[in-house]
Amino acid sequence: MSDKKPISSVNDFVVRFANVNGSGSASANELFARAILRHGVPVSPRNIFPSNIQGLPTWYEVRVTEAGHLGARGGVDMMVAMNPQTWDKDVAGIEPGGYLFYDSTKPMPSTKFRDDITVIGVPLTAITNSTYTDPRQRQLFKNIIYLGALSALLDMDPKVIEQLIGEQYKGKEKLLSSNVHALHLGRDWALQNLKCPIGLRVKKADKVGDRIFIEGNSAAALGAVYGGATVCAWYPITPSSSVAEAFTSHCKKYRHDPETGKAKYAIVQGEDELASIGIVIGASWNGARAFTATSGPGISLMTEFIGLSYFAEIPAVIMNIQRAGPSTGMPTRTQQCDVIACAYASHGDTKHVLLFPEDPAEAFEFAAAAFDLAERLQTTIFLMLDLDIGMNHRLCRPLKWDDARQYDRGKIMTAEMLEEGRDFGRYLDVDGDGIPYRTYPGTHPTKGSYFTRGTSRDRYARYSEEGPVYADNMQRLVRKFETAQDLVPRPLQANAERPTKYGVIYFGSTSPAMDEAIGLLEARGHQLDRLRIRAFPFHSSVASFLAEHDFVYVVEQNRDSQLRQLIVNENGIDPVRLVPIVHYDGTPITARFIAKAIGDHQDHLKVTPLRKAVS
Amino acid sequence: MTYIAKPKFHHPGLKKNELGYTHRDYEGKISTLCAGCGHDSITASIIEACYELSIEPHRVAKISGIGCSSKTPDYFLGNSHGFNSVHGRMPSVLTGANLANRDLIYLGVSGDGDSASIGFGQFAHSIRRGVNMTYIVENNGVYGLTKGQFSATADRGSKSKKGVTNTDNAIDLVAIALQLGATFVARSFSGDKTQLVPLIAAAIRHKGASFIDVISPCIAFNNHAGSTKSFDYVREHNDAVNRLDVLVGRDPIAVDYAPGTVQMVEQHDGSRIALRKIDADYDPHDRLGAMTFLQKHAAKGQIVTGLLYVDPEAEDLHEHLNTVETPLNALEADTLCPGSAVLDKINASLR
Repeated sequence: MSDKKPISSVNDFVVRFANVNGSGSASANELFARAILRHGVPVSPRNIFPSNIQGLPTWYEVRVTEAGHLGARGGVDMMVAMNPQTWDKDVAGIEPGGYLFYDSTKPMPSTKFRDDITVIGVPLTAITNSTYTDPRQRQLFKNIIYLGALSALLDMDPKVIEQLIGEQYKGKEKLLSSNVHALHLGRDWALQNLKCPIGLRVKKADKVGDRIFIEGNSAAALGAVYGGATVCAWYPITPSSSVAEAFTSHCKKYRHDPETGKAKYAIVQGEDELASIGIVIGASWNGARAFTATSGPGISLMTEFIGLSYFAEIPAVIMNIQRAGPSTGMPTRTQQCDVIACAYASHGDTKHVLLFPEDPAEAFEFAAAAFDLAERLQTTIFLMLDLDIGMNHRLCRPLKWDDARQYDRGKIMTAEMLEEGRDFGRYLDVDGDGIPYRTYPGTHPTKGSYFTRGTSRDRYARYSEEGPVYADNMQRLVRKFETAQDLVPRPLQANAERPTKYGVIYFGSTSPAMDEAIGLLEARGHQLDRLRIRAFPFHSSVASFLAEHDFVYVVEQNRDSQLRQLIVNENGIDPVRLVPIVHYDGTPITARFIAKAIGDHQDHLKVTPLRKAVS
Repeated sequence: MTYIAKPKFHHPGLKKNELGYTHRDYEGKISTLCAGCGHDSITASIIEACYELSIEPHRVAKISGIGCSSKTPDYFLGNSHGFNSVHGRMPSVLTGANLANRDLIYLGVSGDGDSASIGFGQFAHSIRRGVNMTYIVENNGVYGLTKGQFSATADRGSKSKKGVTNTDNAIDLVAIALQLGATFVARSFSGDKTQLVPLIAAAIRHKGASFIDVISPCIAFNNHAGSTKSFDYVREHNDAVNRLDVLVGRDPIAVDYAPGTVQMVEQHDGSRIALRKIDADYDPHDRLGAMTFLQKHAAKGQIVTGLLYVDPEAEDLHEHLNTVETPLNALEADTLCPGSAVLDKINASLR
């Protein structure tokens, strides 16, 4: 018996599925999310899974959000509790007034429930056991049966789900019909035995538009295809492996010579991360566009080569799908914790270009742009995704490509240019932008060859340990980095409705939660200008933003506020003016968290909320 | 490594090869290695082999790691691009370079510290992938640049210059290369140019992973009594199984070898290896036999040299990956980018 009114909400709630890893629930859960999307209602799903193959708990959360909020919200309105191991935790996590959906085949003691939630029991095991004899079928179809029951409880159109199943099993009629049958088993049972619908409902809307539903890793891989990458060397590591796997899949579709069937790409699974980045650097040195995808521990292993790329000025693209560190950390949990490690990777004085996409659409754009930047700047470019963007489907604007776009191959001195008598010094700053010309191996029989090395050398690539020669080179590298400021994506600023002396800086996957948090803060009367940083080196507008505000919150998903450190370091700003707002438990940051943290700080500063000031 | 270039002038009467290049065209900068270093002899052999094959010097990419041996690419093929990468990681850089442009010749130069210790993994994996390269290890059993520590190829029981006895077992890179599937495996001695030059030439002509282990005594730190990598020791224990010559199909070459022991090996590109078998029973097409032969002779303290194994029908990594004939670095956006129309279809499939 509930002692709190059940939550009533249309197209705005959170459903979480608690399953056992390996039970085959992933496709049914994803089908649930896609079905809501097909109702024209935006969804924001997230996998929360263990670093293990089978047996441990796994969760899949679907935020149904007609308002289009794509960040995690926090809290659970309906728990589909299919894992006895996590029952207590799952039940405890339900919002007051929320719903618990469970397999009621076996009776549960009343102490296992809560009084302030609505409990919905469906005898899933009994239904499957009476219908199927094969144990695997029983397991798999149980997932579809609970999906069917949910469709009735949430007032979903079963035809939409049937259509999706039809698309999934196109040409496999037996699988199609058996899945539809299972769907209706659950749906019919619920309609006949339960009060349907409940307070949470899905109502058809038109809020999705032309947006697409894609994982960031897949989008980044597609960006690599469009960006002209021909060599990919990688070593499996969660959560980055799907980048290389998607690149392989895309290349198989789009990169074969139609006449010969031969591949216009080369993909090598390296023996480790060191070999992977070595292959990338060797290929890039020889004029191919090459990349690797990895995560934090891989970055650690690659740092020696990254230093070589910086100092010897060889293009490379590294897609870093960040996860919680340090060390092995939490391999399947998200963080933005490699900012400092990548910005200054390797020994000695180094600085590297980082790109921070906020969603799959930007992951696509920035991935393609990374190859232009790598060749233009002749250095390593990091595409900084994280697990939250990389391994979750995210609703985003359609991917776009301008067919008139040409690849920027940077400063390449050709045989013709050498024949003309152009002075070639590999490390000669001809244009004052810090970027020298390079030649590809094999360019000219007698001109333009040089020796690439990680040791100090002069402007003509001749080995030298002379102090002034070394300093001259290092200064040029600084100039090159300054040039990069105007080549990388600029920060995007959005101002509050009213003038304010408070600002907030954020980046990457924090973006959707931040967008939503701004609304929550405004509702409390707090006005903040915001700046989404999209790249390092920081554009001059970052310094301007800092100068224009008394306090700037820096919201990020790591313990030590790494972006804030980088801003302080690179801008020479008083750290007191930068307030860290950090979230680092491995779950995606939520709007609720941001709004509370900033709101509390504003209260501490005794900032009078505008709402109170004007009332 | 030096920045002192050799003078450009040379005697006008120097012999020229088919392309009109002289030996001087295959040289690099002046070596700064110790006088008498075996590595300089290998450098000379590389120069000689490239001259004899009439290779265009700029069509060679020479890649190395870190160490004495890895300095040597600066001393040959001065018109080639060179790459002195990081310690032990030459094979991955070479693999990447090879993937980018299959049309160049790839010469990987490494040392025993480079390949048998820090780079042991990269050595193994580049071999097993069949990268089309000539991988030369200049093997002196010692770390010269850091003044005399044992390397992983130092034989158990051998002594350092300071008199310390090595108690670790040695890694035999040739045996490993055979096991990993290298399709051209040889061992030679830097002091035996007659044997080494044609081995390098044949390896360059070979399509696939060619590996040559060259015993190259370190004159400063490993050329003393008690060392098994000294000039004297190698000369006394060198057991050559064959001598060879490479015929590249231009001028007919009279094969002046002992009767009854010459074997011709035709390679994929039409070049032929004339193999004079000193050990009449030795079959260079038998991988397992080569492994056994090596082990038996090693047990007797003998250093087997010569062409130990060759697969003339070998495939390389590009064939394994089925890549297009056009070098990947020459492909342009019009052939690499699927375009906006395809992207529109992809978008439609994601709704």
